[in-house]
Amino acid sequence: MDLLRPPHIPNQQRLRLMNDDVLLTVLIVLPFAGSLLAATFLPNARNSEAWLAGGVAFACLALTFIAYPAIVEHGALRAQFDWMPQLGLSFTLRMDGFAWMFATLISGIGLLVVFYARYYMSSEDPVPRFFSFFLAFMGAMLGVVISGNLILLVFFWELTSIFSFLLIGYWHHTAGARDGARMALTVTGIGGLALLVGVLVIGHIVGSYDLDAVLASGDKIRSSELYLPALILILLGALTKSAQFPFHFWLPNAMAAPTPVSAYLHSATMVKAGIFLLARLWPVLAGTPEWFWLVGLAGMSSLLLGAYFAIFQHDLKGLLAYSTISHLGLITMLLSLGSPLGAVAAIFHMMNHATFKASLFMAAGIIDHETGTRDMRKLDGLFRYMPVTATLAMVASAAMAGVPLLNGFLSKEMFFAEAIETHALSVLDTAAPYVAVLASAFAVTYSIRLVHSVFFGPKPTDLPRKPHEPPFWMLFPMLFLVVACLIVGTVPGRTIGPYLRVAVESVLGPRTPQYSLSVWHGFNLPLAMSAIALVAGTLLYLALRKYLQTCPEGPPVFRLIEGRRIFERILVTISWKWARFVESYLSTRRLQPQLRLIVLAAFLAALLPLYIGGFGLGVVEVSAVDPILALVWLVGAGCAVAAAYQAKYHRFAALILLGGAGLATCITFVWLSAPDLALTQLLVEIVTTVLLLLGLRWLPKRIEETDAEIGVTWKMRLRRQNDFVVAVLVGIGIAALSFTVMTQPLSETIASFFLERAYTEGGGRNVVNVILVDFRGFDTLGEITVLAIVALSVFALLRRFRPAPESVDSPEQQRIQNELDEADPDRKPGDTVSDYLFVPAVIMQWAFPVIIVLALYLFLRGHDLPGGGFVAGIAMAAAFILQYMAAGTKLVENRLRILPVSWIGLGLLTAVSTGMGSWLFGYPFLTTHSQYLELPYIGKVPAASALLFDLGVFTLVVGATVLMLIALAHQSVRSLRAARASTQQQDGA
Amino acid sequence: MELILSIAIGVLAGSGVWLLLRPRTYQVIIGLSLISYSVNLFIFSMGRLRSNAPPVLAGQTGNIADYADPVPQALVLTAIVIGFATTALFLVVLLASRGLTGTDHVDGREQQ
Repeated sequence: MDLLRPPHIPNQQRLRLMNDDVLLTVLIVLPFAGSLLAATFLPNARNSEAWLAGGVAFACLALTFIAYPAIVEHGALRAQFDWMPQLGLSFTLRMDGFAWMFATLISGIGLLVVFYARYYMSSEDPVPRFFSFFLAFMGAMLGVVISGNLILLVFFWELTSIFSFLLIGYWHHTAGARDGARMALTVTGIGGLALLVGVLVIGHIVGSYDLDAVLASGDKIRSSELYLPALILILLGALTKSAQFPFHFWLPNAMAAPTPVSAYLHSATMVKAGIFLLARLWPVLAGTPEWFWLVGLAGMSSLLLGAYFAIFQHDLKGLLAYSTISHLGLITMLLSLGSPLGAVAAIFHMMNHATFKASLFMAAGIIDHETGTRDMRKLDGLFRYMPVTATLAMVASAAMAGVPLLNGFLSKEMFFAEAIETHALSVLDTAAPYVAVLASAFAVTYSIRLVHSVFFGPKPTDLPRKPHEPPFWMLFPMLFLVVACLIVGTVPGRTIGPYLRVAVESVLGPRTPQYSLSVWHGFNLPLAMSAIALVAGTLLYLALRKYLQTCPEGPPVFRLIEGRRIFERILVTISWKWARFVESYLSTRRLQPQLRLIVLAAFLAALLPLYIGGFGLGVVEVSAVDPILALVWLVGAGCAVAAAYQAKYHRFAALILLGGAGLATCITFVWLSAPDLALTQLLVEIVTTVLLLLGLRWLPKRIEETDAEIGVTWKMRLRRQNDFVVAVLVGIGIAALSFTVMTQPLSETIASFFLERAYTEGGGRNVVNVILVDFRGFDTLGEITVLAIVALSVFALLRRFRPAPESVDSPEQQRIQNELDEADPDRKPGDTVSDYLFVPAVIMQWAFPVIIVLALYLFLRGHDLPGGGFVAGIAMAAAFILQYMAAGTKLVENRLRILPVSWIGLGLLTAVSTGMGSWLFGYPFLTTHSQYLELPYIGKVPAASALLFDLGVFTLVVGATVLMLIALAHQSVRSLRAARASTQQQDGA
Repeated sequence: MELILSIAIGVLAGSGVWLLLRPRTYQVIIGLSLISYSVNLFIFSMGRLRSNAPPVLAGQTGNIADYADPVPQALVLTAIVIGFATTALFLVVLLASRGLTGTDHVDGREQQ
């Protein structure tokens, strides 16, 4: 049934050096582990970094070779770990022949590039970053090729995009690197997202993301009605990654990367990920007209345009980048044909291109490194300075041009043979041979241009550096690759043959065709096409030679429509123009309209259930109106309305009125059986008032009469009217809502649970406190953490506080008082204010110990009677702030050690460690233990562990409240000092 | 009684919302304080109103018929404390904004 899956062979028959699982896991983990390690080295550790990276690459290469016999014998190695099995997502690794070929390329070329990079990177470059990203990229790329699950593949695919971004942007001080990196990430990232969706569609069709299952359901996928959307999405991913037309423009811009990166990512490996995927899914997706047209058009345009553009590049790396686009286009076109022979040629060309293009990039890097420029108009006659480099580069260029006896020739012959074959009667198919010959001729032209303009001709004149041969180990990787090109090109059957067959069979399975790898096939049409291309290309170069020396960069006509510029214009349009347009209509930067919308939305949200469920007044009889509470609220409501009326011009009055409303609330709590709330409300009221009083000093003066002169516009009037309506609506709404709820019968609530268990299980009679420190202790821990964070934020904000210039001086009242004191010879400045508050100050100072005792009392009784950590903490903080008010900042701080930040830390630590204490006894976090202790003289004392937790709450609340108040109180001292220092400076100057 | 408290909640909320929509930061902070009173009372009233029945147990266990509901009280207690903290934070933010922008308008600049 399942033809593609190799027969299962029992384990004992296998001769293995290593278990599949271990081998594949090590192969994927090793580069990432190496990456982490590499990041920890010193910035100038070039040698140790190179040893590490080289070691990792070598180990990966060794592992792939260890795996080879098993792959030949059994088809594929597999390892599977559960990840999210419910979602069909497992960490499946699968290495068949095709993945093996890629893994070998990735680790082998990776090893060579490490050698090269060791000499290429200068001592100023921070190499740990380079090698760390490099190894991580290697791991991601290995992940792409050996993933056995499509989602996992996409995951590694995205990782390659990210590390490619980081590597292109390695020299992030240059704008080119930043732009190139961003563009590459945007294009390949969007492609990656499309790919993810495409893969999800495929998973939906097949019912599994497992690669084996997907490869076995080709017919199902092709006949599905979701085939076309899935195909388009996957092609978006693959074509962006492989820089195929019309997404090709990011690749030339990625050339801002260090050359080892270009050699590795942008010729040999990452850009191959796209065509890897096309080949991987070829058995299931290819063979339909849609595939033929979409892939074929992209491939053919990339092939032709890439080659044409490459001729007109002056930058050596730019030429190679366009040539890469063209060669990848060739592979894409071969894959589009849907014929098995085409797939063979494509796979063969993937290998060949990787070898010759990586070596050419290395040559470009050497030339750049030794001469200081990559501009072909400046470079000339380098053969006499660096003959070895020149020879190697010439051989590699010849392979690129498809000269016989080199590997590029072989795959190009196969390509020509496929191009003249008729696969489907269409314009595209008819044009294929002509396009192929034309593109090959262009390839010959740019190859000759590269060799001729760089290595031959007169001596170069204005080179930044005097050129010479690079060190041997920098040349070695290139030498190795070029020798490989030669050997494969002359004796292909004996060298690359068996490996290619394993790779091809794993993709094509039983459809593997007969093919011949020999160099000589006799005089046939492909050979004639090669000859035409060689001659035409040479002639074209001779014709263009003069023009190329002087022309501006880029091909004629096409240089006007630059992909990059179109891309940038699109980006600007989407992220700037449209965003601004939408913002200008749908948004505002003004707070008031936003708040109005929020309030109205809340109002409507509250109205909706009433509208749906119907509005009915309650059935419960209302309790009798108590005249005293009614009076209290008459005052309270009056205070609230008056506060609203006065808050603009009479801030102090508004503050006092606010306190009035607060007191009414407080009395209500007492009245309605909530003593804990009343206590807390009262104390919080005190500290809030002090806090706002401290803040008043920094606000600008606002005088009714001055504003009145400006007058009220009709716009303001309208706004006020609207706001008034909104406020009244909200008021009536919430009043009606509360009344309705209060007159509904109370259904069964969780209150009974707490009332029954507060004493028997929590050991306390004050149910509210037991809920806070015991039943819902975790919530309270969260709340005090929030409190601590807020207090620290307040503190941090105030450390850099800059008051408005007109608020820096002492307040007006203080100035008048001081003037009075100065005028009188018997008085010192500050006497008036201290005389004025003399009696209250003495009382406040004497009250300090009393308030502390009160706080301790409130704290200790909290478990059984109204009180507790929160209330006690605020009372304690009030004791401190009273001292500040009575004696002044300096005096208090000379006498008391006030360390609120430490108290916050101590409180949090106490609460958390009390909670963790229960672990020691084998209970979950914050389980409390309660018992009573018999103390001499004092009597029975509750000693629940919740008390310790409450102590933490207490300490933290003291710390947080004191910190907020003091930080604000300090500002007047600080800014006065700062103001004085600045005036002294001015005087000094 | 329910009627009085409902009206009180309504007046507090209405005054608070009015101030919340005003252009001066100080007005907004007073408005938020008023709204927090109103909301605290509202949450508190979800346990229904009872006099002379604080949730402090007399015996070993209690019955909901004899005590006020402790759950809304516990909720409101922490809300009061957190409310203080947010008032402090907002106050500091408005002071910093006033220092940096030179105005106490909520937008950081006077309206044109």
